[in-house]
Amino acid sequence: MSVALRSVLASVPCAIFVAWWLARSRSHGRLLLDAVVHLPLVLPPVVIGYLLLVIFGMRGWLGSWLYGTFGIQLIFTRAGAALATAVMTFPLVVRAIRISLEGADPGLEEAARTLGAGPWDRFFTITLPLMLPGVLAGAIIAFAAGLGEFGAVITFVSNIPGETRTLPLALYTALQTPGGDAMAARLAAISFTLGLGGLLVSELIARRMRRAMGR
Amino acid sequence: MLKLAAIKRRDHFELHVAIEVATPGIVALFGRSGCGKSTLINIVAGLLKAERALIEVDGVVLEDSSKGIRLAPEQRRIGYVFQDSRLFPHMNVDKNLRYGERRAPAGERRIGVDKVIELLGLGALLQRRPHALSGGERQRVALGRALLSQPRLLLLDEPLASLDAARRDEVLPYLETLRDEFALPIVYVSHQFDEVLRLASHVVLLDQGRVMAQGGIEAISLHPALRTIVGVDAVGAVLTGSIAAADPQTGLAAVRVGAGVINVNLRNARPGATVRVQVLARDVILATRAPEGLSVRNVLVGEISRIASDDAETDLIDVDVGGAIVLARVTRAASVALSLRQGMKIWVLVKAVSIRGHAFLSPLI
Repeated sequence: MSVALRSVLASVPCAIFVAWWLARSRSHGRLLLDAVVHLPLVLPPVVIGYLLLVIFGMRGWLGSWLYGTFGIQLIFTRAGAALATAVMTFPLVVRAIRISLEGADPGLEEAARTLGAGPWDRFFTITLPLMLPGVLAGAIIAFAAGLGEFGAVITFVSNIPGETRTLPLALYTALQTPGGDAMAARLAAISFTLGLGGLLVSELIARRMRRAMGR
Repeated sequence: MLKLAAIKRRDHFELHVAIEVATPGIVALFGRSGCGKSTLINIVAGLLKAERALIEVDGVVLEDSSKGIRLAPEQRRIGYVFQDSRLFPHMNVDKNLRYGERRAPAGERRIGVDKVIELLGLGALLQRRPHALSGGERQRVALGRALLSQPRLLLLDEPLASLDAARRDEVLPYLETLRDEFALPIVYVSHQFDEVLRLASHVVLLDQGRVMAQGGIEAISLHPALRTIVGVDAVGAVLTGSIAAADPQTGLAAVRVGAGVINVNLRNARPGATVRVQVLARDVILATRAPEGLSVRNVLVGEISRIASDDAETDLIDVDVGGAIVLARVTRAASVALSLRQGMKIWVLVKAVSIRGHAFLSPLI
């Protein structure tokens, strides 16, 4: 739970920015960024875990710098698990935000300009509130999906009880343990409930907000 | 003084205009869709970049490409009312109204919230969200929002085009109030001549990105370029006169036009008020002798000042009725049979019911 929550907190602000850029920019870099953002959807999660190891591992170029300068260690820690989960769920969040942003009329930003609002002012008073339904829906889906992240997490931070053992990792461990069937069934039920609940809540919120804005 | 000049090229279109008019007052940009009206006001607002432009409002230069000056839209303080109102859906009416006001410089707040709410009749709507408003209400809120941003200039881009006839009649009086209450320069984009007739003090005819004619509405109503835009059927002289007498019983008002008087169906007519009427050329009958025994109430006597053949079958005749010009459209056959020619004395007959008129509460600018 804590891993999924942290991953959501980390990915949402970045996703807002990326989604905004993807929806509004017309530069050539857009296509490339779009593809990079969606990579976790198509690559095997193990590959993402491996890439994270290479970048953030103790000998990785960013990992060693982080450890050397700030004493931050990501590998084999809860924060690392959150990072792996955030990377994996990032495309889902970006997608949800971008869809709500593309549905919002850019004419409203023009209207705000003629009323004297500068770029940051416009972003916080018009653009951000308009994409809020997408942000919330994206965050909830990311949370639910984050609970289930397996491949990238186990590759990057391993399966340490009490530190990096997330729900699917615990489930996997229970299945490997003789007599762990009941435990596995319970964990599967929790996973199922959280997933379904997350999807339903996100849809409900999105609907309610759409209605509040008359769309 | 309001100066708007711009050159903008697109694939198959070139906008090339220069307009200079006195302020305040309503300048109407009139033309068919695609003539460049919206392009021009987007350049004026700064939302669109032109190859060359000079935008100046009462001595303040907002854009001058020859000097490299180009203020961002948010720095221009130009109020813009869009055709589709563009109210912010996540704010109620009150917050929408105050959005621009809060961003206007504190020392420049001449237009007060309470006054705008009262003049535009928005008091009952303040807590509502835009989606709970009718089309006409939305445009009134958009007008109020633009006004409260304390603009130097107000741009109205076909603010009535998305409304049905009833809603249009609901909003039009508010536009008149606005023109009369605030001494603001206003640019009004329209392709409806009756709106221009009611509101404009200066008319600019645009066609294919060029200014075909500009001036007072009386002169523009006689201009040949207007015929190609509105079609010959809708052509008619606009006359401005004062009300000599009004009869509340019959609803008829006698309007002094040129050397004569015509009777017009007018609501709220008050003697002495200025009125603008349009007499459609196709509704005018010409007679070479003083007519007798007719039901027609309006008989003016004048002199033919010009004859133009607008197509194969009909002639457009300008008749000078003592300082004012009335346009008449007659068939070529009738024109030949009466042997109409320039300088000839002629009687002009118009049915009172066929005249479109509108009374002005304040003197015309």
